[in-house]
Amino acid sequence: MKFRIFKNITKQGFQSMWRNRGMGLASVSSITAVLMILGVILILILSINNIMLDTKTKFDEVQVFLADEAKEEDVNNIADVLKNSEGVVSVTYESKKQALEILRKDWDEDAYLLEGLEDDNPLPNSYIIKLKDIKYAKSIVDKVSGLAGVENITYYQEIIDKLMVLANYIRFGGLAIIGVLVFVSVFIISNTIKLTVTSRKREINIMKYVGATNNYIRGPFIIEGILLGLCGALISILIVYYGYGYLFDAVNEKLYSMFTFYLIEPKNIFNDIAIMFATLGVGIGALGSIVSLKRFLNV
Amino acid sequence: MIKFINASKEYKNGVKALSNINLEIYKGEFVFIVGLSGAGKSTLVKLLLKEENVTEGNILLDGLDITKISNRKVPYLRRQVGVVFQDFRLLTNKTVYENVAFAMEIVGAHPKEIRRRVPMILSLVDLSRKANSFPDQLSGGEQQRVSIARSIVNNPPVLIADEPTGNLDPETAMEIMKVLSDINGRGTTVLMATHAREIVNTMKKRVITLEDGKVIRDEEKGGYELEVSNI
Repeated sequence: MKFRIFKNITKQGFQSMWRNRGMGLASVSSITAVLMILGVILILILSINNIMLDTKTKFDEVQVFLADEAKEEDVNNIADVLKNSEGVVSVTYESKKQALEILRKDWDEDAYLLEGLEDDNPLPNSYIIKLKDIKYAKSIVDKVSGLAGVENITYYQEIIDKLMVLANYIRFGGLAIIGVLVFVSVFIISNTIKLTVTSRKREINIMKYVGATNNYIRGPFIIEGILLGLCGALISILIVYYGYGYLFDAVNEKLYSMFTFYLIEPKNIFNDIAIMFATLGVGIGALGSIVSLKRFLNV
Repeated sequence: MIKFINASKEYKNGVKALSNINLEIYKGEFVFIVGLSGAGKSTLVKLLLKEENVTEGNILLDGLDITKISNRKVPYLRRQVGVVFQDFRLLTNKTVYENVAFAMEIVGAHPKEIRRRVPMILSLVDLSRKANSFPDQLSGGEQQRVSIARSIVNNPPVLIADEPTGNLDPETAMEIMKVLSDINGRGTTVLMATHAREIVNTMKKRVITLEDGKVIRDEEKGGYELEVSNI
């Protein structure tokens, strides 16, 4: 296509958007609304992902508690078995004393309650096994649980499994909602453009008689759709970014002290959201135009 | 220039608009297509613009079989065939100049060329003074002349006029005929569908008469004799 024709088409697209700015405003608001909801869902999904990753690294260990009366060779044997198991990153011995010390630190101000336990420490010695992934936990537990000298084993696979399932549901649910929203907004945009097209039906007809190609006729409408989509994207990017930033400043510290996790920093997701919204906005706009024009081009 | 070979058109609702049309129109000719309403004049025009497709037969335009070209190519066909309608079909939100320039913009003409050619064409149809008026501010005859200017601005070899004088008083109609005649004089083949007896009789051009979708008469320097034949 000649550049001049492209320039004409672009000019007409801008003109048409300006002349139909009332309807345009309606489209832009609906795209903005859709993208905003999408942004909220997206941040929710990302946060849950983040928490999941965090939880996984926090809980990717197995602790094997040793009986007080265990013989030294049994204890060594257990260590050997652990070190030779698949998926094990490290095996650390934690003595009674260390366990008490850690507990004292955790309890902080209330640590005085632990005083006097040094001589008759009820906490067991243990091995703390760091894993590559929590999925190795089960096989290790199976291997070790029968060995002499093992008193108890704790690991968090079940909790994590449940969390994973939950997170997957949320992720799929979120994606489904996003899909529906995108569909709805294509529909809204296509209706807006359809109104513009209908009001210009005569003009389109004349253009066809004078020998305008379908692309020439379609072009301005598609550009109009893209511009509307971009406007919606821009507005929603700003709202979501600043809105989330505000929320982040307000609750991040509190959340950490309550649940020991951080929200994702706004600046870390800005790029992703901006690219995603712009793409979706443009896509929704262009698709909406194409859908609404199909019927009108068969003169 | 234009050749109909056994061309027939039957609409989906079963109406047989044209049957077995065989015609040859030569380069530079001025031809009237006459006939009563429903005789098939409009269908003939629609076939030439490929707004409708033939059911049978072929139509050649400058050697090219237009019944065989794809929908994608139709715009390029229409650039070869200027067209003028009874109801003018001008863009009301554009000035006279813009209406004519628009046809050139669509085909991607250079702005310099547009600025050179549009005033030239407007002076040909004697509308130079109205270049900045909007269609609503013009008389019917003037609007039709804008429409003619638009149809020939891209220099098509063929100009089709479908009842171009239908909405005009006799005097204005003759003005339009003079413009069309001038354009024909410059080498453009002109095909005009009409049932304006006066005009046909005055012009003394080739007259093709349609009745019930068939060519019943084809005369050089003919007249409008339809009513006579019906009596």
